[in-house]
Amino acid sequence: MKPIFITGGRIIDPASNFDDNADILINEGIVEKVEKGLKPPSDAEVIDAAGLVVTPGLIDIHVHLRDPGQEYKEDIKSGTRAAAAGGFTAVAVMANTEPVGDDPSMIHYTYEKAAGEAARVYPLGALTKGLEGKEMAELGRMKNAGAVGFSDDGRPVVNGSIMRNALHYASGINAPVIAHEEDPYLAAGGVMHEGAVSSVLGLKGMPSAAEEAMLARDLLILKLTGGHLHIAHVSTAGSVELVREAKAEGLNVTAEVTPHHLLLTDRLVKNSGYNTNTKVNPPLRTELDRQALWAGLLDDTIDAIASDHAPHHPDDKDVEYDFAPFGIAGLETTLPLMLDEVASGRIKKFTLSLLVKKLTSAPARILNLPGGTIKAGSPADLTIIDLKREFIINPETWYSKSRNTPFTGKRLTGAPVYTIVDGLIKMKEGVVSE
Amino acid sequence: MQTLRRKDILGLEEISAEEINLILETARSMREIMQRKIKKVPTLRGRSVLNLFYEPSTRTKASFELAQKYMSADSVSVAGTSSSLVKGETLKDTVRNVEIMGIECVIMRHPVSGSSHYLAKNVEASVINAGDGMHEHPTQGLLDMFTIWEKKGRLEKLKIAIVGDIRHSRVARSNLWGLQKMGAEVVVVGPPTLMPPDLAVFGVKHFVDIEEAVENADVVMALRLQKERQESGLFPSMREYAELYGVTAQRITRAKDDLLIMHPGPINRGIEISSELADSPQSVVLEQAASGVAIRMALLYLLLGGIKE
Repeated sequence: MKPIFITGGRIIDPASNFDDNADILINEGIVEKVEKGLKPPSDAEVIDAAGLVVTPGLIDIHVHLRDPGQEYKEDIKSGTRAAAAGGFTAVAVMANTEPVGDDPSMIHYTYEKAAGEAARVYPLGALTKGLEGKEMAELGRMKNAGAVGFSDDGRPVVNGSIMRNALHYASGINAPVIAHEEDPYLAAGGVMHEGAVSSVLGLKGMPSAAEEAMLARDLLILKLTGGHLHIAHVSTAGSVELVREAKAEGLNVTAEVTPHHLLLTDRLVKNSGYNTNTKVNPPLRTELDRQALWAGLLDDTIDAIASDHAPHHPDDKDVEYDFAPFGIAGLETTLPLMLDEVASGRIKKFTLSLLVKKLTSAPARILNLPGGTIKAGSPADLTIIDLKREFIINPETWYSKSRNTPFTGKRLTGAPVYTIVDGLIKMKEGVVSE
Repeated sequence: MQTLRRKDILGLEEISAEEINLILETARSMREIMQRKIKKVPTLRGRSVLNLFYEPSTRTKASFELAQKYMSADSVSVAGTSSSLVKGETLKDTVRNVEIMGIECVIMRHPVSGSSHYLAKNVEASVINAGDGMHEHPTQGLLDMFTIWEKKGRLEKLKIAIVGDIRHSRVARSNLWGLQKMGAEVVVVGPPTLMPPDLAVFGVKHFVDIEEAVENADVVMALRLQKERQESGLFPSMREYAELYGVTAQRITRAKDDLLIMHPGPINRGIEISSELADSPQSVVLEQAASGVAIRMALLYLLLGGIKE
């Protein structure tokens, strides 16, 4: 393995509060030195990062890779390539595969299939067997096999007693539980946010209360059990407030938000003429909610940004609105979309270093993952970003098998130019290595 | 000769008052054709239309088919089987296959809101929405407006009370947009559970008391109530609905003397409206059905009328 020498870049490492120009020497998959004025070893591959930003490898803690079971939508190979193309060095993948990832053998499967691919893959195990919300899955055995957390994502745990026991039990093995907050009765049949826009469009809505009621319940349960509860894809103003209060009370709760919830509202369903790429769960909410999500992200009520990459085959989305599956693919758009928010200055206080934190150290801390920082001795997972790079979202060029994004054609400023995983260059100038 | 400068008729929300006026004026001429002994004009000879109904329909389908025959268009009617679960042919494939046979206009009824938008984006043919989910039923809205317009001579400054399940009604949505664009005042009546969330977006006032709502009204329009709404828990029983929200002679005493009673059909007699009222001289339920043919002739003419080279 050739050493890599990254010279002249601005290193932003929120975990160590470091933001300065320095050189980085990588050897045998480990960051060996981070110092100014280093000399490259003669056999090193040199990356001139002058004018570029070097960050810890980005981590996306909410991804669906559909593998096994729906490989026509995505698989571990295409999904990790999409991750690398988007600047991510690691992804945590949800268990709603076929079969469901509720058994240690499935955790092993994911690790084995992801070995040597373009990004690290950390499997999340199912919280309940078959994601059915009835019986607790073998959390301990899956944890021993390498599961980094547990979730029935895509489905809420309807029975409060089962949620209580799962959270309580998971606290004993020091594993986070990730909750998809939705009261399925309140949201039943809904295909978008319930409000003025759904009324005009004649589409069945999911009220904000469906998310908030379940979240409030889970926070009360958390108070009872202890343990770490992570809230997936927070989407409403009320949810932000609930998490904020819970944190103030000292509960061990963390939260994530997706770029589409930060950037889009339910009006797009109408303005796009019922474009099924706007159909996502939780749904795109209102402008008021969007503002509250930003406020929550800025005051650290919301810890991390995650894509909720939910790839679908184009045919699956090319149908009537009610018939289309929920989901937006985000691995190849998340970083450019967020960089553009920094570049535009639309959100005051949304600095580059805050963005990097929300995509590196914060998600690493939520799932207790290695990485998320650049220091001597840490794994050599790095992302190099060109803040000035013009970037147009064009799903036809994706590494993902999917094309489902409501952002097609968007012109952005800022994009990843190198993704380095375990000391190997996996992506260079948008091209993922074979 | 004026025509509509649009490819499709998807909903009245997006149609201007000017266009609505043109459609109503045109329908009046069509009405005249319908009253002739030989009800056939060659206007759309050689033009071809597809009627694609993914939901059962009696009057809308009959009305479109008759309109096509009176205008001498060639048409074919297909009953679609719609289900995302049955792995059948997609809507897009179905229509593209028929379109290639020479269809220039597709009339579609479909249970999913927005499906006519989806279709319109995917075919070159004109699309007329014959009802999409809970979204809109623009030809019904137009025929309702035409019926009122013929009877009252105007729409402006009339007061119209729409009673019943506004929330799930595409008929109501089309009427709310259309009537208000034409300067009418619209109020809605019904239990809160049958009102769409954030009703204010439609710019109408909600009443729970019919008697209060119909004060000085020119028109009362009752909507069809689906049994399944009761089953999904939105109100306790059909009997209670009839008792609280049924339109009866006793409840409309505060309305104007020349009040019109309307219903898009099919009527659940004794539930939404009493039989006595439905069959009274005030009722224009049958005129609505006749207006339907005239409106659909007008739309076909305005969309396809000009000889396309």
